[in-house]
Amino acid sequence: MSAAGRRAPLLETAAAWLLALLWLSPLLYAFWAAFHPAEYATRLELLAPLSVDNFAKAWTYAPFPRHFVNTVMLVTMVLSAQLVLCTLAGYAFARFEFAGRDIAFGLVLVQLLIMPEVLIVENYRIMSRLGLVDTILGIGLPYMASAFGIFLLRQTFKTVPRELEDAARVEGCSFVGVLWRVYVPLARPTYLAYGLVSVSYHWNNFLWPLIITNTVETRPLTVGLAIFGAPESGVDWGVISAGTIMAVAPLLVAFLLFQRQFMQSFMQAGIK
Amino acid sequence: MKAVYGWLLLTPAAILLVGFTHYPAVATLWDSLFSTGTVVRPSRFVGLGNYASLADDPIFWQVLGNNFWFALGTIPTSIALALLMAIWVNDRLPARALVRMAYFTPTVLPMIAVANLWLFFYTPQIGLLDQIGALFGAASHNWLGDPDTALACTMAMVVWKEAGFFMIFYLAALQSLAPELEEAAKMEGASRWYFFRRVTFPLLMPTTLFVLVNATINSFKLVDHLFILTKGGPDNASSLLLYYIYQVAFSFFDTAYASTLTVVLLVLLAGLAVVQFQLVERRVHYR
Repeated sequence: MSAAGRRAPLLETAAAWLLALLWLSPLLYAFWAAFHPAEYATRLELLAPLSVDNFAKAWTYAPFPRHFVNTVMLVTMVLSAQLVLCTLAGYAFARFEFAGRDIAFGLVLVQLLIMPEVLIVENYRIMSRLGLVDTILGIGLPYMASAFGIFLLRQTFKTVPRELEDAARVEGCSFVGVLWRVYVPLARPTYLAYGLVSVSYHWNNFLWPLIITNTVETRPLTVGLAIFGAPESGVDWGVISAGTIMAVAPLLVAFLLFQRQFMQSFMQAGIK
Repeated sequence: MKAVYGWLLLTPAAILLVGFTHYPAVATLWDSLFSTGTVVRPSRFVGLGNYASLADDPIFWQVLGNNFWFALGTIPTSIALALLMAIWVNDRLPARALVRMAYFTPTVLPMIAVANLWLFFYTPQIGLLDQIGALFGAASHNWLGDPDTALACTMAMVVWKEAGFFMIFYLAALQSLAPELEEAAKMEGASRWYFFRRVTFPLLMPTTLFVLVNATINSFKLVDHLFILTKGGPDNASSLLLYYIYQVAFSFFDTAYASTLTVVLLVLLAGLAVVQFQLVERRVHYR
C-alpha cells in the first residue's frame, strides 16, 4: 500500500472522512454504551460519568471466562492441526509425483466451496456416531484438513528452488528433514497469513459451534454471546455492549496492531 | 517409492476431508431419497418424494426468493461502496491509514457481535433509527418486526460488514494500474469522472467479476445475524436458505427434508463454482 496516488480534492476528503465516521459509529456507540451508566445509554452527553460497571456485570451474568477458555482452546487446536496436516499435504502436492495426484488435488479444492457449515445435517450425524457431540474436538475436527491451507502451502512450496532441496538431500537430510529445514522456514510469511485468517475465522465462527455444543463447558464466545445478547434474555443495553466488546477485544486489538498483515492475509484468503 | 511417500503425507488430511466433506455431501444426496425415520415409522425409500414436497413448500420458495433479494440488495451496493472506498483510500488523503482502518474494521468482527450492535439501532422507540425519525416527527416503527422492513434491515447491516472486505481487492488492483495512464489523461484534459468511467472502471472489470462471484457465494453462507436479529421472522420474511435448513433439521427434526434442502444449496453453490471456474479460465480474474 504505497504512498502513490493523487492528492484528494477537499470535498472528497470530507466525504471519505464522513463515511469512515459512519463506518466506525456502531462500534463507537457500543463503547459509549458500555462505559456509561444505563441512563446515558441513549443520551449522548459529553460529560456523562464513566463507569466500568457494565463490564463487571457482563462478566458475572454470563460465564465469559469459560467461553474465553473454550475459544482459545478451539482456535489453538484447530490452527495447530491445520498447520501440520496442510504442511504435509501441501508438500505432497507440490513435490511428489504419484498416481491420482491431480484428481486428489481437485477433490481437495471441493472443500473451498462446500465448507463444513453447509453440511450441518450430516456432519452432526457423523459427530454423534463418533461420540463427539458437545466436545471442543467436535467443533474443530471438520475444519482441520483445510483446503485453503493445503492450496496456499502447495503454491508456496512450489516456488522453493529444487536446488535447495537437492543440496539438503546431499547433506543427508530425509524427506521429513528437508521439509522441516528447507520448506517450512521459507514459507514463514504464508504461515503467518494463513494463521491470521484461521484464527479470525474460528474466533468468529458461529453456526457449526452452535449446533454441536449444548453446555457451557464447550460453548465458544460467539455462542455464549448469542445467548447472552438475545432480546429475550432481558439484559440491558450497556451490559450487552460490554459483553460484545469483551468478546471481540482480543481480535480487534490484534487487528489494530497488525492492520497491514490482516488486510493482506484476508486478501490472500479471498483470492485463493 | 516417492509415490508411497506422497500418499503417506496426504493420508491424514485426506481422511478428514473425505470424512467431513465428501462423505457427508454424498450422504446428503442419499438421505434426501428417504423419509425421516421416527420411533413408530422407520425411514423408508421415497424416491423423489422429498423433492415433490419441496416444490409444494411455500416457505422453501419464500426463503429462496429472500436469498435472491438479499443477494440483489447487498452485492451491488457493497461493491459500489467498496470501489468508492478503495479510490478514496488510494488517494493521498490526510489520515489515510485511519480511514482505511475504519472501513475494514467490520470485516474482523464476528457476525454475532455485529448483529448485537445493530440490534440496538432497530429497537422500536429507544433505537437510534427511531430517535432520528422522532426528530423529524416520524412515528415509531418496529423495523425488525415488520415483514416489509426486516429483510432490508439485515441487508443494510451486511453491506456495512462486507464493503470494507471487498475494498481491499479493489485497492490492490488500483495499485497495480500504471500511473502513466492518469498522467496521460491529465495532459489530455480528461475530467476525473471521465477518466474513471473510461479507463479505471473497465480496467477493474476482472476484480469486479471476481468480487461479484465471491460475494454471491458468500450470500448463501451468511446466516449468523438471523439468530440475533430476527430468527428468520416475522413469518420467514427475513429467513435465508441455510437458516431454513438449520430450522428444519434442528427445530423440526425433519432431517430427510433438511437433506433435500441441502442438496438444493449444494447445486446452487456448484453452479456458482462453474461460473467462477470459467472466469478463471478466461483469465479475467485478479492476479
